[in-house]
Amino acid sequence: MFTPSGPAADKRSHTISVLVENRPGVLARVASLFARRDYNINSLAVSTTEKPGISRMTVVTTGDERELQQITKQLNKLIDVIQVMDHTDDVLLEREIALIKVHASHDARPQVMQVAQVFRAEILSISPKDETMVLEVTGDADRVDALLDALSGFEVREMVRTGKIALVRGAKQT
Amino acid sequence: MNGAEALLESLRREGVDVIFGISGGQALPIYDALAKEGAGGIRNILTRHEQGAAHMAEGYAKSTGKVGVCLATSGPGATNLVTGIADAILDSVPMVAITGQVPTTFIGTDAFQEADIMGITMPIVKHSFQVRSPDEVADIVKKAFFLARSGRPGPVLIDMPRDMSIAPVKSYRFPEEVSIRGYVPRVSPDPAGVEAAAALIAAAEKPVIYAGGGVIIAGAQAELLSLAEKINAPVTTTLMGRGAIPDRHPLALHMLGMHGTAYANWAVGESDLLIAVGARFDDRVTGDLKKFAPHAKVIHLEVDPAEVNKNRAAQAALMGDAKETLALLAQAAPKKDNSPWLEKISRWKRDQPLRYHKNGQIKPQQVVEEISRITGGDIILASDVGQHQMWAAQFFQFNHPRQWLTSGGLGTMGFGFPAAIGAKVANPDKEVWVITGDGSFQMNLQELATSAVYGIPIKIALFNNKSLGMVKQWQELFYDKRYQGIHLENVPDYVKLAEAYGLAGIKITDPAQVVPALEKARQINDRTVLLDFHVDPNEHVYPMIPGGQSVAEMRLQPDERRDG
Ligand SMILES: Cc1cc2nc3c(=O)[nH]c(=O)nc-3n(C[C@H](O)[C@H](O)[C@H](O)COP(=O)(O)OP(=O)(O)OC[C@H]3O[C@@H](n4cnc5c(N)ncnc54)[C@H](O)[C@@H]3O)c2cc1C
Ligand SMILES: Cc1ncc(C[n+]2csc(CCOP(=O)(O)OP(=O)(O)O)c2C)c(N)n1
Repeated sequence: MFTPSGPAADKRSHTISVLVENRPGVLARVASLFARRDYNINSLAVSTTEKPGISRMTVVTTGDERELQQITKQLNKLIDVIQVMDHTDDVLLEREIALIKVHASHDARPQVMQVAQVFRAEILSISPKDETMVLEVTGDADRVDALLDALSGFEVREMVRTGKIALVRGAKQT
Repeated sequence: MNGAEALLESLRREGVDVIFGISGGQALPIYDALAKEGAGGIRNILTRHEQGAAHMAEGYAKSTGKVGVCLATSGPGATNLVTGIADAILDSVPMVAITGQVPTTFIGTDAFQEADIMGITMPIVKHSFQVRSPDEVADIVKKAFFLARSGRPGPVLIDMPRDMSIAPVKSYRFPEEVSIRGYVPRVSPDPAGVEAAAALIAAAEKPVIYAGGGVIIAGAQAELLSLAEKINAPVTTTLMGRGAIPDRHPLALHMLGMHGTAYANWAVGESDLLIAVGARFDDRVTGDLKKFAPHAKVIHLEVDPAEVNKNRAAQAALMGDAKETLALLAQAAPKKDNSPWLEKISRWKRDQPLRYHKNGQIKPQQVVEEISRITGGDIILASDVGQHQMWAAQFFQFNHPRQWLTSGGLGTMGFGFPAAIGAKVANPDKEVWVITGDGSFQMNLQELATSAVYGIPIKIALFNNKSLGMVKQWQELFYDKRYQGIHLENVPDYVKLAEAYGLAGIKITDPAQVVPALEKARQINDRTVLLDFHVDPNEHVYPMIPGGQSVAEMRLQPDERRDG
């Protein structure tokens, strides 16, 4: 009857879209809520939307069914939050971008380029003098992870990766 | 008109008649506007500490249902409000806290008395505003009061940088309407939910109504009674719900939970249907959630969707104001008799009433019983936090909503006395008492000055057990009597303390003096009376369900356990 949440319960990753008033402090309010209620933020992306004055936060979080319900309800209680959509059951188009700076000696460069080609990553720069290359990959999290995996034989000097952004396919609202 | 004057004008339009607070540099323009209030204008009550101001605003709010207002300067003034704001969010108290702030041009520079009060209070407010233009003051005030009192009430902060207070307002207009697109507080209950709930009631044989602070907030005593009487369900009240049903009502089970009555906890433990009304399944009530009301289906009447299915799954949920949802449910529910169940409960009530043993010393429970008897229960009663709070909740016979002011969620020692002052300011014709402990009282006793200077007469029943009794109880029961940090050593002399403020003090050491002292206190109505009851220091609160345990582990008396 009562299902406690805990390690045994069914925890999984969820993507939530939060439409918020574009006001100073709104990000702090959302972050503060996650911190105070001990919810995870795996990734967060904030952007403007097609509507002036409204921003979108795309949050990836982990939790079981009950935790997810609490997260959406507590978010909804924030006055600056206009709408919360949980996308667990939606067909999502998801994208992340990563920029990856790898060490590539003259000899290694073709191998890196080959990997880039397989993953349709763009090569943003090649610096022969200090033997580095910067790759850009856009895709869902799996694709970015897979590229990083494929580059594991090389020395990744620096990496930056955005939070996930997502839209629901078709007419349904995100 | 400047921003500060716009602030006061807007407060007036919201019906504010009194503000509790303390001034300082960044709040000076607001105080200057207050100084210009003529007779009949907004009253300013100068407290001796901002925490006192916040609890006074709470006492004002809890006793009336109106929004309480407190005011402080920036920095230390603002941070002194923090405990009161946290108290208000946990107990759903409508409050608007106004803080001065350094001028916008100084924000972020670590200016003198700058504290990021917006950031500090972010997790403990319902919402907060920082004024960024004097022209938005009216709109912010309108929104702040709307948010504070609607839906699930709570504290709202308005942070007012000094330059916003002194800048001229271009054209003042107080909005008639307020609309906030991210906030839609009143949802009407789904008719299907009402039907489902009525069906659960029809099927139940052992229903219990578990009434909480939400019934008080909704002012839904009549609706609660009509449901309870129609379906013949006994009603237990949380600490915050005391007064939701008159304690003398035959269906009243009194308080449940850690220090609830044996019969309330047994009834809940055996119930097959729990109707939770404006109650939030707090851990002081449920103990071990898995063992709480293990046989019961749950109907939850709530205004805050986040409370439903938070700690306990509900089989039917009725969202909205309890006054409305209770009326709908009372209408839809079938008449029930439940007499075997009610007979069983009467037996429990007869066999295990609340009780204590007399031993020649003053028993705190006896003092509460006498206050209840002598006043006919027709007073406003505030309490502090500790053993005395539990005895007050157990042994006072409550009649009405809003007569009981206590800090339940945060459990703030120091709440009681200022809350009583706030309540007396709001209800000058009512007799206002506070039951406090020697530990709690010392946390805000500076407000004796406020009570003396403004002539706000409170009757203080101080239960002097020379210790932090509640902590002592826990150290005795769960830490092998390794007493640490609990001895208060009977300092100060409370009678002299009261007299030093020009107030009345009476010391009572003999049980036979209890009633005469209470009667004497009732004769003194021109100033506060402090009754220093030297109570049995070894008395503990029973029944008790130790934290995280269940009704099976309930201790009825120090050496007594028994199942229903
Ligand atoms: C030392 C100590 C011991 C304690 N021991 C006990 C104990 O033994 N038993 C006990 O009960 N408590 C005890 N408490 C108090 C406890 O900590 C909680 O504060 C209390 O149980 C919560 O009460 P509640 O569930 O009624 O909710 P409240 O905190 O009063 O919350 C009100 C609920 O009603 C909802 N609501 C608000 N307005 C409306 C409306 N208009 N319509 C419908 N719903 C509405 C709110 O959303 C909220 O969920 C103790 C506290 C202390 C300090
Ligand atoms: C501000 C604050 N500090 C500490 C506590 C922890 N605490 C809970 S009850 C209690 C003792 C209360 O003592 P007293 O007011 O004398 O009341 P008694 O229990 O003796 O009746 C303490 C220290 C608290 N609730 N609030």
